[in-house]
Amino acid sequence: MASRRKAQPEKDGRLIETDVLVVGGGPSAAWAALSAAETGVRVVLVDKGYHGTSGATAPSNTGTWCVPPGEGRAASVEQRFKRTAGLADRRWMLRAADQAYENLLKLVEWGYPFPSEEDGSLYIANLRGPDYMRFVRQRVQKAGVTILDHHPILELLGDDNHIGGAAGLVRRSGASFRVSAGAVVLATGGCAFFERILGGTGLTGDGSLFAAEAGASLSGMEFTGKYTLSPHGSSLNKGLPFRWATFYRENGEVLRNAHGDPVTNGIGGGERQVAEALLTGPVYARLDLAEPAMQDWLRRGQPNCFQPYDRMGINPFEQRFRVELKYEGTVRGTGGIRIVSSDCGTGVAGLYVAGDAASRENVTGGISGGGAINASWAIASGWWAGHGAAHHARRRQSRDAARLQPLGTAGLRGSGKRDDVDLAATAQAVHDEIVPLDKSYWRTAAALESSRRTLDDIWSRLGQTGPATGIERLRARELASVTANARWTVAAALLRTESRGVHRRRDFPGEDDAQASRITVSGLGKVTAAREILALETAREG
Amino acid sequence: MIEVISTDRCIRCDICERICPAFVFDRDETGLPVIARQDDCQTCFLCEIYCPTDALYVAEDAHGPTGISEAEVVERGLFGTYARSLGWSRGRAGGAQNDPTRHIRVAQV
Repeated sequence: MASRRKAQPEKDGRLIETDVLVVGGGPSAAWAALSAAETGVRVVLVDKGYHGTSGATAPSNTGTWCVPPGEGRAASVEQRFKRTAGLADRRWMLRAADQAYENLLKLVEWGYPFPSEEDGSLYIANLRGPDYMRFVRQRVQKAGVTILDHHPILELLGDDNHIGGAAGLVRRSGASFRVSAGAVVLATGGCAFFERILGGTGLTGDGSLFAAEAGASLSGMEFTGKYTLSPHGSSLNKGLPFRWATFYRENGEVLRNAHGDPVTNGIGGGERQVAEALLTGPVYARLDLAEPAMQDWLRRGQPNCFQPYDRMGINPFEQRFRVELKYEGTVRGTGGIRIVSSDCGTGVAGLYVAGDAASRENVTGGISGGGAINASWAIASGWWAGHGAAHHARRRQSRDAARLQPLGTAGLRGSGKRDDVDLAATAQAVHDEIVPLDKSYWRTAAALESSRRTLDDIWSRLGQTGPATGIERLRARELASVTANARWTVAAALLRTESRGVHRRRDFPGEDDAQASRITVSGLGKVTAAREILALETAREG
Repeated sequence: MIEVISTDRCIRCDICERICPAFVFDRDETGLPVIARQDDCQTCFLCEIYCPTDALYVAEDAHGPTGISEAEVVERGLFGTYARSLGWSRGRAGGAQNDPTRHIRVAQV
């Protein structure tokens, strides 16, 4: 029998009371909710999409940074640290490895269906996205957490000293709702800058906008020059099969490096040559270096990667297909909300951050944490943020929802001086300032300055647009958020006059030892970028 | 993006509408899902695997519809292909324990 949607008119302005509010629906949101619930407080998880399918993990198959305790762990940290362009923090790396491993063992205990090694032991260093996220949703439900799907948050609520909740809308009805909470965890994911990557639709960097409106700062926004190969026109930004690819020009000629050798390994050394070649014309690939056993493992182990080929009706191991580099912003790039305490606090009382919404420089420095590191970071940071938020909520005895003020700006409270801002066209314009290879794979002062002017102009127009209403508020806020993330990216990229990690300057191709410090950005109306060491010195002097 | 909903296969269960992370579907008065916001589809293929009757088809192009028909999807045997390759069945999860990805990770280095 057909189950009909209950015709329940959604009451506008519903108020929900809780201790910890988790905003987001990917793995870091799940771990934050589980962690907070474990301490016995009330937890509400609000997801823009559906908790279990939303975010970059659910449609993927991700490795984890999985290092068992013992002698090897310090060595693993040391080995990994060497690749972080000097900006990671060994202490954070060690505790992340520790917490992630502990939580992976919780998954074992809870019965997640890990595959077995030949000797019968479980292989826990890989999580299959659809299964993992469906499984953790069930755990979150079992833990007594209230899950509100399709309830995007639009802004935080705060009084003079604290963040005390958030306000959002119900997608089905457009109605408003508010949550009064003792503390808030932002687990909203990274920013994909409207690029159509797997799981990227909802990844508009909302948490960064909310945090900045509350006075928090961001860090590592210049480490956003991250792209991954995909079949042209598809959503499949999954690089693993390209480890076994050979690349070709449109005329069938093999793509060669400066030494005349064929370009291979599109997720390693070959990526840069493929990117250079893409500036001058189409590039094709064929996964012709995969032996039959590897072909079988790839097909069975990475079935999402084969959906485009199967649907196009081509065999990627035998036939050439056109590829592109998809932009991944702060999803596989590293920047995000700056963490100031070991419980993933943001420096704003009552506001915590987890997963890709946070800067991952502590664990991955200036390079991409895509795949393993980010997956383990989501598990560990979610756990810490959940605990931090729960303890903060417990300490806050008296709360008065009536005193909470909305903190949102652009998209919600514009001056109404203009009515000529087309949201879709403006979204495309912001995308085009950040996503092209000659904007974010290679940067130059001239291109960055030009982007800065364009993006500043867009931000100021957004601020002069009248407030959006109903469901349109979501689009307006997503656009404001992506625009803000783009402006922070450009500001940080302009200040870093060197190439380091996934920040590549054509005009400053070398690494400069004097710039081996992090860059923080803050502000909305006026964006400010500062080197962390200088910021510290200024604080001391002040 | 999502292109085909088979009215014959669909049992009007509301799962796709509920689980779509991009809120693409509405339902008509008979309970049949309708692709209401196609351009929001993120081409993640997850609605296909959650569907208990393999009634949905997501085409490979993330930027616009390809125009593929239900007849072609049937003829080429494309309904439910992602679910089968994962080991999911009738909308239920399965097969993660058989994932051979560990072999790929070893060889990748």
